[in-house]
Amino acid sequence: MIAGVDERSRIVITGIGLASPNGNNLAEFRESLLAGRSGVRPYEIRYVGKTVAGVCGFDELRYQKRKDLRRGTRAGSVGIYCANEALLDSGIDWANVDKSAVGIYIGVTEHGNVETENEIYELKGFDYDTQFWSHHHNPRTVANNPAGEISLGLGITGPHYTIGAACAAGNAGIIQGAQMLRLGECDVALAGGVSESIHTFGIFASFKSQGALASHADAQRASRPFDVDRNGIVVAEGGCIYVLERYADAKRRGARIHGEIAGYAMNSDASDFVLPNAERQAQCVAKALERAGLNADQVDIVSTHATGTASGDEQECAALRRVFGDSPRTSFNNAKSFIGHTMGAAGALELAGNLPAFSDKVCHATINVDQLDPECALAGLVINEPREQKQVDVILNNSFGMLGINSVVIVKRI
Amino acid sequence: MTPVEIKAVILDILEGIAPDEDLSDLKDDVPLREQLELDSMDFLDIVMELRKRYRVQIPEDDYVQLATMNSTVNYLSPMMKDLEKA
Repeated sequence: MIAGVDERSRIVITGIGLASPNGNNLAEFRESLLAGRSGVRPYEIRYVGKTVAGVCGFDELRYQKRKDLRRGTRAGSVGIYCANEALLDSGIDWANVDKSAVGIYIGVTEHGNVETENEIYELKGFDYDTQFWSHHHNPRTVANNPAGEISLGLGITGPHYTIGAACAAGNAGIIQGAQMLRLGECDVALAGGVSESIHTFGIFASFKSQGALASHADAQRASRPFDVDRNGIVVAEGGCIYVLERYADAKRRGARIHGEIAGYAMNSDASDFVLPNAERQAQCVAKALERAGLNADQVDIVSTHATGTASGDEQECAALRRVFGDSPRTSFNNAKSFIGHTMGAAGALELAGNLPAFSDKVCHATINVDQLDPECALAGLVINEPREQKQVDVILNNSFGMLGINSVVIVKRI
Repeated sequence: MTPVEIKAVILDILEGIAPDEDLSDLKDDVPLREQLELDSMDFLDIVMELRKRYRVQIPEDDYVQLATMNSTVNYLSPMMKDLEKA
């Protein structure tokens, strides 16, 4: 529990629903992470052409009709799938849950680019005459869309909104959910993040112009954080939503608990639009540890944010060295090497992939490291093969984003 | 376009708007809303599709004319009689 927080305010994870490029639920995702199975594949998108991406294969029609898919957005669809899966996983008696006491807090890196690009593309065929602009544009592109679609899909009448937090958004969604539970704004929180980013050419083109879009002859080898030959980000779609509850409520209904939110922190670099800041990242990690009442050497696994850019990976490793020194107990890994960068979902998804370690005591690896960059040579970095650990009681999850937004979530075994 | 062809166009548009529905038993003289799950955004889709495909302009005051298949075809016939089916 967060140091100083009373017993009634302890927040736990009781359900996990996810859509990853290499798994459609936690069991599949974890199995892929332990087996070294990538979800990155060749991909082609308007104007940019051939590239690579992390593409999801979840069953869209499991919780939606074809009409729902036509009406809504990909981000909404990812969110609806993950939310339904999370509620099923939680074992909560959904039919008898007070839907007005459920809050939906969904992190997004961006929203609206996909629909806007599609509409402009369509409008080009009408010589840019705006009388042919869709009436669906606004409801699809309002910033709360992915959370709102979950509300509509599940009949949830409590608060819903998205948290725009660049690539720190997955963690930010979890933090928001935990805070709202502690404030008593809801009794059940659906919290996490989603990404539809592979459907906007703009994100690929912008990373390419920035010199930060990964390329490799073998798509599955393109995402290679910490490798000396890394050359950028693999854009991915996905989602991960948690059911969060107060510990007392979860215990009362005999829920299975995936872990307790032990601490969290967010801060800002205030130094650059795109370049990371190791000092601020280290401060964010240290603050989360302090709030959790933990020392760095009590952390078993650090799920790194590293995206495969030259500077980003180095800066994060510098930050982690500053906080963790040569902590013998701490292992470091990276899920983006398997699935690419799932943007708004990344924080939530990457944390989820590590949570089964509380029971199997295995730290999944960072794959695609052929030659470790000396600047990224953290002592506990788990490279290419999973590592069995003596114990896994504490997992720390980093997630950072553009404009200098940093987030850290710490989860404790319970 | 003949009334039969106009009806075929409307059915084609409805298939896109209501992909989960079976349109084979649609009754021409019963309001579409009583037979299909259609809301105001769906009716705007009908209006937009007609505008995109045939440049047919339907003023908002005339949306009530789209209540049934028969009323829709009757309303559109004078506007679309000289158009070729796309």
